[in-house]
Amino acid sequence: MKRFATLYDALDASTSTRAKVEAMRAYFAATPAEDAAWAVYVLAGGKLRQAAPSRLLRETGARVAGLPDWLFDECYEAVGDLAETLALILPPPEADDDAPLHHWVDRLSALRAAGAGDKPALLESAWRALDARSRFLFNKLITGGLRVGVSRLLVTRALSAVAGVPAETIAQRLIGYLASDPSRAGMSGARYEALIAPPGDGELGLQPYPFFLAHPLQQAPAEVLGAAEDWLAEWKWDGIRGQLVRRAGEAALWSRGEELVSERFPELIEAALTLPEGCVLDGEVLTWQDGAPLPFARLQTRITRKTVSRRLIADVPVVFMAYDLLEQDGQDLRQQPQWARRQKLEQLLAASAHPRLLSSPLIRGDWPALAGQRAQARDRGVEGLMLKRRDAAYGVGRVKSDARGQWWKWKIDPWTVDAVLLYAQRGHGRRAGLYSDYTFAVWSEAADGTRTLVPFAKAYSGLTDAEMRAVDAFIKANTVERFGPVCSVRPELVFELGFEGLQASPRHKSGIAVRFPRMLRWRQDKPAAEADTLEALKALLSAGTAIRNE
Amino acid sequence: MRTDLITLRPEGLYCAAGDFHIDPWRPVARAVITHAHADHARTGHGAYMASREGERVLRARLGDIALQTLEYGQRLHIGEATVSLHPAGHVLGSAQVRVEVAGEVWVASGDYKLEADGTCSAFEPVRAHTFISESTFGLPVYRWRPQAELLAELNRWWAANADAGRSSVVFAYAFGKAQRILAGLDTRIGAVICHGAVEAMNRAYRDSGVALPATRAVSEGLDADLLRRALVIAPPSAQGSPWMKRFGDYADCFASGWMQVRGARRRRAVDRGLVMSDHADWPALMRAIGETGAQRVIVTHGQVAPMVRWLNEQGLEAGAFRTEFGDEPDDADNAPQTATGAADAPPA
Repeated sequence: MKRFATLYDALDASTSTRAKVEAMRAYFAATPAEDAAWAVYVLAGGKLRQAAPSRLLRETGARVAGLPDWLFDECYEAVGDLAETLALILPPPEADDDAPLHHWVDRLSALRAAGAGDKPALLESAWRALDARSRFLFNKLITGGLRVGVSRLLVTRALSAVAGVPAETIAQRLIGYLASDPSRAGMSGARYEALIAPPGDGELGLQPYPFFLAHPLQQAPAEVLGAAEDWLAEWKWDGIRGQLVRRAGEAALWSRGEELVSERFPELIEAALTLPEGCVLDGEVLTWQDGAPLPFARLQTRITRKTVSRRLIADVPVVFMAYDLLEQDGQDLRQQPQWARRQKLEQLLAASAHPRLLSSPLIRGDWPALAGQRAQARDRGVEGLMLKRRDAAYGVGRVKSDARGQWWKWKIDPWTVDAVLLYAQRGHGRRAGLYSDYTFAVWSEAADGTRTLVPFAKAYSGLTDAEMRAVDAFIKANTVERFGPVCSVRPELVFELGFEGLQASPRHKSGIAVRFPRMLRWRQDKPAAEADTLEALKALLSAGTAIRNE
Repeated sequence: MRTDLITLRPEGLYCAAGDFHIDPWRPVARAVITHAHADHARTGHGAYMASREGERVLRARLGDIALQTLEYGQRLHIGEATVSLHPAGHVLGSAQVRVEVAGEVWVASGDYKLEADGTCSAFEPVRAHTFISESTFGLPVYRWRPQAELLAELNRWWAANADAGRSSVVFAYAFGKAQRILAGLDTRIGAVICHGAVEAMNRAYRDSGVALPATRAVSEGLDADLLRRALVIAPPSAQGSPWMKRFGDYADCFASGWMQVRGARRRRAVDRGLVMSDHADWPALMRAIGETGAQRVIVTHGQVAPMVRWLNEQGLEAGAFRTEFGDEPDDADNAPQTATGAADAPPA
């Protein structure tokens, strides 16, 4: 495990993607396949099934370190990471173990298989054998992902470099690889060898292609994108991005996390089976009724369940809104221009005429006309427009700054509200020990005119590091009360929050739920008394849920 | 009923028997100063008392003050109190203040560190009935490795950078940490360059008789070959400032106890975190408190609540003083991030 710990330290210490790729390349080049198989899996974001519950880790760690539980919790709060907290408080190791990574993964499997009564002793013996760095990684593997600033794309590049195989081929194989069971068989040396082997014929199976991602468009399109004739515009749907793969008598639905979600949408699999062999659609899973999408929250009831009942299928009807065709007759179309793929897609879906397989319509017009359409997006239940260059190839991931070949998401401006910071909680990882997670409130006026602050949203993102440090310092100096990790703060700071939508919600104290809230800016110019009111938010609610009838 | 020898007043810690304050944060007539860090030694008091060892550094920081110095261990009667200063091992001249009245002994520690570092007198345990302790790193996650190991690691890092033709930049608090690192460098590797704020304190150390290796200043117009093998010591405020540009594609390292935690390291955005602190770690805090033999402990700045609770659970009588200590820039999160003209700034 020491070699892997050294790699981890190198990745953790560097912010340069080139240095990270090089560190991984060197590691893979020098590491036996049995270890590399697991390293690929965890570096690319794969998680092992939890071998021991967090509660047991905390209790065992506190006992071995000789600390009362409350003091362990204080430590955890200061460190912000359970695996690291444990590594820091445990007594020095008694041995100097350097068994290979896959050996330690086996020990994790043994730990998972062990009965609750045997787990503490297994944990303790592992901790006693490992040095501080390996111990930290061992704990990380138990508690979840590594989160060491390495994306799947970087792992792909490192593997491509070490094997001399095109990155696209690796990316495609990696999807299947990472979707496999994290077991000895799933992550064997042989499977790693296959992952980096020279490309062979017909190795696709039901694997999707790596998703092509869009950049947010910040300026007016005329300024950065040139003539409107060079672009195809579509609605930006608020659903689940997915690829519907139809090959070899089967069909599969993959979500953008490259997770197989076929079981959750059996009616879409059924629909896909009506398509001709050897085709792959890219699009969006949407809840759909009477020719219009339903709010995303409805779709969520389908995502959270691994198996779905007939009743749920009837209550939350879904469609696949396709907007790209990546493969037809077994041929990879990704290098063909956008307009040509589009044309083939429309023909294909017109021929199949399945009510659950829709083709996302093109929105036509010059920039001012498109801007006008975009302004109506909220009423249509969409997030804005997608702009795709007519001759764009279908790329991999989020292609950097080169405007050619790019997709842009031209979202509607978010709704905004000025809200008061009311509660704060310390963050994790890079924000460990810093109050970085905030709860915001707006004013609510009672019949007698008294005003109280009602919490309505949580937000974590949008501040610069310097701003966050300043807010953290304010919170520490203005804490009113502490409830475990959460503290209430003197209500003085005002932030402009942006959000994408809101819904009535009886489960929330405020009666509303907002979607994607984030901090747009810190309103240092505004006293808390001038923050927005709940009534104003509710007014948006009635405006936003106006009935859509197309 | 016994009376408290030291109490908390709006100005700071106060000894009524001797009518003086210890490290007050508001102007007072008579101030006993434990050490010259900015949160403990402030301007504006009438008369100052501090250790002889710390005289130069205190004057370097506060300028022309009415200062009386005491040798460590020398006893002085002030009013009804007998006062003496004892090494705290934190920085040059740092002292614990021992106050005795009618057989009752209180010790106020200021900031302290148990491991001897070679650039100041080593910490000496002092028996007391009541001990006033800092708690900057008062959680069990803070445990330091021996200084010799840390310095060896630092020298190895420097040598590797020098061989790769990159300068090595160490961000360290200009007073105390910087000199401690400087004294431990293997100067066979290359030249040592100090930022102006660090060099001002080096001078005060050398004037006090502490041997430090030769240092260079950028104002000498150093050549590129020398820079590529050099180690640079700069205050945290220099990170990201224009002063750094002359070192090109350098490797950097931040020296602080806070670097123990990965989140703090990542926020600092440096290549390395050197976990080196001038404060006691958790085991040292517990040892120091134990060696005083004190039954009562009053905790100041840092991890006050957990320390108080822990000490009470250990059977001591523990409480807290809410002080204004602890905002010295050793704290990676409180250090200023940008300082224009940091190169010429006097030590804060």
